Amino acid sequence: MARIFAYIVHKGGVVDDSAVELAAAARKIDAAASPTAILTGWGADLDAACNALSASYAEVWKLANEALAYPNAELVRKALVKVLPSGSIVLLPHQHFGMDLAPGLSIKMKSTFVSDVVDIAGVEGADLKVVRQEFGGQVSAHVRCDLSSGAVVTVRPGAFKSLEGAVVSGVGGVIDKSSDIGALTAGRRYLETVTAEAGDVDITRYNVLVSIGRGIQEKENVAIAQELADALGAAVSCSRPVVDAKWMEKSRQVGSSGKTVKPKVYLACGISGSFQHLAGIKGSPFLIAINKNPKAPIFQVADVGIVDDLLEFLPELSNRVREMRTVTAK
Amino acid sequence: MEILVCVRRVPDTSENEIQLNSAGNDIERDELVYSINEPDNYAVEEALQIVARVGGNVTVATVGSEDDEEVLRREMAMGANHGVMISDEAFSGSDGRGIATILKGFVEKGHYDLILTGVQAEDGGAQVGGMLAALLDYPFASLVNSIEVLDGGKLTISREIEGGNREMNEIDLPCVLSIQTGINEPRYVGMRGIRQVASIPIPTFGASALGLDPGTVGRVAVRVKRVDYFVAALGKGAEILHGSREENIDKVLELVAAKGGLK
Repeated sequence: MARIFAYIVHKGGVVDDSAVELAAAARKIDAAASPTAILTGWGADLDAACNALSASYAEVWKLANEALAYPNAELVRKALVKVLPSGSIVLLPHQHFGMDLAPGLSIKMKSTFVSDVVDIAGVEGADLKVVRQEFGGQVSAHVRCDLSSGAVVTVRPGAFKSLEGAVVSGVGGVIDKSSDIGALTAGRRYLETVTAEAGDVDITRYNVLVSIGRGIQEKENVAIAQELADALGAAVSCSRPVVDAKWMEKSRQVGSSGKTVKPKVYLACGISGSFQHLAGIKGSPFLIAINKNPKAPIFQVADVGIVDDLLEFLPELSNRVREMRTVTAK
Repeated sequence: MEILVCVRRVPDTSENEIQLNSAGNDIERDELVYSINEPDNYAVEEALQIVARVGGNVTVATVGSEDDEEVLRREMAMGANHGVMISDEAFSGSDGRGIATILKGFVEKGHYDLILTGVQAEDGGAQVGGMLAALLDYPFASLVNSIEVLDGGKLTISREIEGGNREMNEIDLPCVLSIQTGINEPRYVGMRGIRQVASIPIPTFGASALGLDPGTVGRVAVRVKRVDYFVAALGKGAEILHGSREENIDKVLELVAAKGGLK
């Protein structure tokens, strides 16, 4: 079995949640594996991140270089290619940095690439068998990947959680590989990070969210959701396609590239339920899904589902809420 | 600026209920509605807007077959100057690396300052752009949601990172960028626009024209292969309300109230 490496994302000395998830994925590839964590960075932040990993990884490779102080994928790739043994299996999280780094890394490592893996079915001969989702999560697929020249595998955040039987013996500790990197230059240079604008409504403060997706169909229909939200004392939030279409501000978007919300009740209206969207819903709210498509993945994770046309369902629901409020007021 | 946009025709997830075929080895494709992969359409619009500002040409290319010509015509109707079909029996069954290898062959036959792809395809892995860049030794950025052309063969770009934040970068041309949805508002294409470009010839390039070794592409070079499709349960599954609309509304209200949502 090839040696397994996990590329660890870290920031400000704090290791990303994906570190333990990659360790869990590595053990699903090879139960006997003792995966090696590999980190790039610079200074005290890097040292703190390396030291924080001793509980989940027996061996940690540290690649320190001032040029790597910010994780520029092109520079990180060049550093990794210098130190990783050929034929290695390299695991990365499937988020914005992994998406930037992994495809090119597989080319330079001359290895196989498979992305956004949600489960590992096992190793069969020279192949790794993984599970991926396609078509917005409506179907899953088993995919075979040739391991004979190594592989770069990106793993969906949150898909691997439990570290069953993970016993880490602290043999290797932190090994400094920095001197193997050499000089680093890139055709892409990081400038700065621009933080998201606050927006008019803070959706993170509401107990109830009426959240709309592509199923709202046009900008004018956003008012239908707003009416319900007004009746309920809720706010309207949305999924990515609604922002892409410029029907709502980015500050209303729930998901990994938007806001993280923790309401008590989440009404998902015409939202298919991509993992990027679900990643923004925390605290296990009561999730009610309304969607015309009975195959929509949102029905797999919702508590209650209604297969109906939301453009008809929502106005009637608003009317009922208002009726009820009037009766209560009397 | 000479811009190449790599596009794909895919089943439109928003228009389809994806079903498995009886053998379980593929999805049921007979009734599917196909369209241009959505992020690719944003990439074409972005290319058109860049060319409108700084001059140049937009070429749209796809690795595919006759059926895929409709997406090239659609993007030409949007305003792309040229459409190119990259097609060969030897290309069929290619994995992501194979597609990237084919596109590299095509890029090297021309002269492009900027190459755009969509961030990912409905059934893809967000891989071809990054692989193509690495094969060409061009700089690459993924999840790009703004592009500004600078003097001196450079761009300022932003990438979409977590929490709606944007990572600003400077990048040298030529480069490959994968474009995130929402970067712009793609223009509308009507039937009339498509008819107007219906007779423009679309050249086809095959393996020999691109100087590609057939052993490096298509089925023979595949390292990643889908074995089967299945429907997995992500969670325990929702309790589906089967009542009349009125009954369902009452039930929803009752639940919202019970969960502390009606105050």
